[in-house]
Amino acid sequence: MRTIILKSASSYLLPVLLLFSVFILLRGHYLPGGGFVGGLVASIAFVLDSFSNGLDKTKSVLKIHPGFLMPFGLAIAFLSGISPILFSDLPLMTGIWAEDPIPVIGAIGSALFFDLGVYLVVIGASLTIIFTISESV
Amino acid sequence: MTNDIIILPLVVHLFFSILLMFLWNKINLQKIVSIVGNAVALVVAIWAFVFVYNNGTHVVESGNWPAPFGIVFVGDMLAVTLVLLTAIAGFAVSIFSAISVIKARLRFGYFSVFHFLLLGLNGAFLTGDIFNLYVWFEIIIISSFVLISIGGERNQLEGAVKYFALNFFASMIFLTALGVLYGLVGTLNMADISLKIAEVENTTLVEISAVLFLVGFGIKSAIFPLYFWLPASYHTPPSAVSAIFAGLLTKVGVYALIRVFTLIYAEDSFLTVLLLTMAIMTIFSGGVGAIIQNNIKKVFMYFIICHIGFMIGGLALFTEVAMAGVIFYLIHDIIIKTNLFLMGGLIYRIKTTTNMKKLGGLYANYPKLSLLMAIPLFSLVGIPPLSGYWPKISLILASFNAEEYWLFGALIFGSLITLIVIAKLWAEVFWKDQPKINFPKKFIYFDQLRLGQKFTFVFPVAFLTFVTLYIGFGAEHIQQLSQRIATELMNNEMYINAVLKR
Repeated sequence: MRTIILKSASSYLLPVLLLFSVFILLRGHYLPGGGFVGGLVASIAFVLDSFSNGLDKTKSVLKIHPGFLMPFGLAIAFLSGISPILFSDLPLMTGIWAEDPIPVIGAIGSALFFDLGVYLVVIGASLTIIFTISESV
Repeated sequence: MTNDIIILPLVVHLFFSILLMFLWNKINLQKIVSIVGNAVALVVAIWAFVFVYNNGTHVVESGNWPAPFGIVFVGDMLAVTLVLLTAIAGFAVSIFSAISVIKARLRFGYFSVFHFLLLGLNGAFLTGDIFNLYVWFEIIIISSFVLISIGGERNQLEGAVKYFALNFFASMIFLTALGVLYGLVGTLNMADISLKIAEVENTTLVEISAVLFLVGFGIKSAIFPLYFWLPASYHTPPSAVSAIFAGLLTKVGVYALIRVFTLIYAEDSFLTVLLLTMAIMTIFSGGVGAIIQNNIKKVFMYFIICHIGFMIGGLALFTEVAMAGVIFYLIHDIIIKTNLFLMGGLIYRIKTTTNMKKLGGLYANYPKLSLLMAIPLFSLVGIPPLSGYWPKISLILASFNAEEYWLFGALIFGSLITLIVIAKLWAEVFWKDQPKINFPKKFIYFDQLRLGQKFTFVFPVAFLTFVTLYIGFGAEHIQQLSQRIATELMNNEMYINAVLKR
């Protein structure tokens, strides 16, 4: 798999794909996209990098074990889910939205943080699975 | 906070399972956090129970979307009672897990997954949306797959594969049934379905979806002829895991059957006959299975099947007396079956085996423990005034009044078989002299444990026995509660009105 074309392409593709995954994540509230798809795209970026540069290189790029992203993601999603109970006495998972939209990102609400949590969990889970399998092969 | 009281059990379990994930490598801390978490969940469950008991059915519309459109959580008496029982069983099992499950298993996030399992169970009891029920079932089976295969011993994986295959199949059938039902009525809110299904002209399709639900939930609750995965898999994981599976996983199938067949498909003569036949065969095959087994864990497993038949039979009768019996039996059964498997784990720790042929002399060596274990065993048989006695009276009476003599016979047969098997078990395990077998040297026996460790082994059993005793001696309260639940179930307008706010 380690052809020169793939190797030089992947060094550009990793940041581009990661940026694209964030785009998909933010786009997700009213248009196709969201945390799950964004997370998959981001994990594909890392898998492609591990194909061309080897698993150890990718792990050193990631710095932490991808499994640790799962509890963080779950915690963010959980907090965004219970935030209506804590802050405004509304039922679980009610969307709370900020008054003014922020440029580029758009309107910020608790749903965005839920999606962010999903994004992290998906990256963590899929990378853990793929890395474990490719290590044992 | 009181607006959200009935979903707090879910929030608590989710919070603790995430917290336990952060403590991935600190196993000793995980044990304490999990026990604290279950204690908190127990307090919250009691709070929710008292709240609903005083104020009637409470509905939370998640996401603040009004009822037929969003997902609702409905805390009626049945749901909060089951949440309370889950919390009691979960509390006992978490303490038992802390001491009995080995480190090699705990290292892979045992406690975190355990909380996810309890989360799924609570969610399944509380949800008022049938697709959401499917999602909770998925959470339950995924976490139970992890718990059943964690540790990766050979026979354990064999059991896990059977368990996985059949339960996955059941989920598929459940999903198909959902698809058919949604195509017919165009809504997923159970209260809304209940109103709209009466107007559907295509009754054949309605019946087909009902049968699909019956098969899907039937596999999960292990009724005849769909129970074969249960004896193949439940004895393989550690006792603590078997206990929570035995106490709650099959019962969630029974709960789903009760909910669906009282709320959506109430009064259908074809289904009544089908349920009745299945119940009779379940009692018969479970009983016969129990009598030929020599391993006490396997005996208890066949008892699960046998006693599921009691509940399904009561459901098939569909009278208020029978339904009260079913609910009482469900309350009794969750506590007692959890306790039986914890006792199996305790006996294993004392004697390194659960084979009746190799066991013996327990009463001579451990008289106090034996007397403690006698109480759940006798309650299982239904010796008055212990807890098994009261629901059986209601069920037998109801079947006699409804002139369903086959079920009447099967109930008596099931009780008799239970008596015979428990008598045999008592004689073999507790009274017989210890046969001469070579005990393995490399094993930490119960006698070698420190006092605190012994206490953590015995406390869960004693705690659940105490609850059983309360159910037996406080039968008046439980009977009142069961009757109230039965009335709510039989008059499903109360549920529908509460959900749709009519």
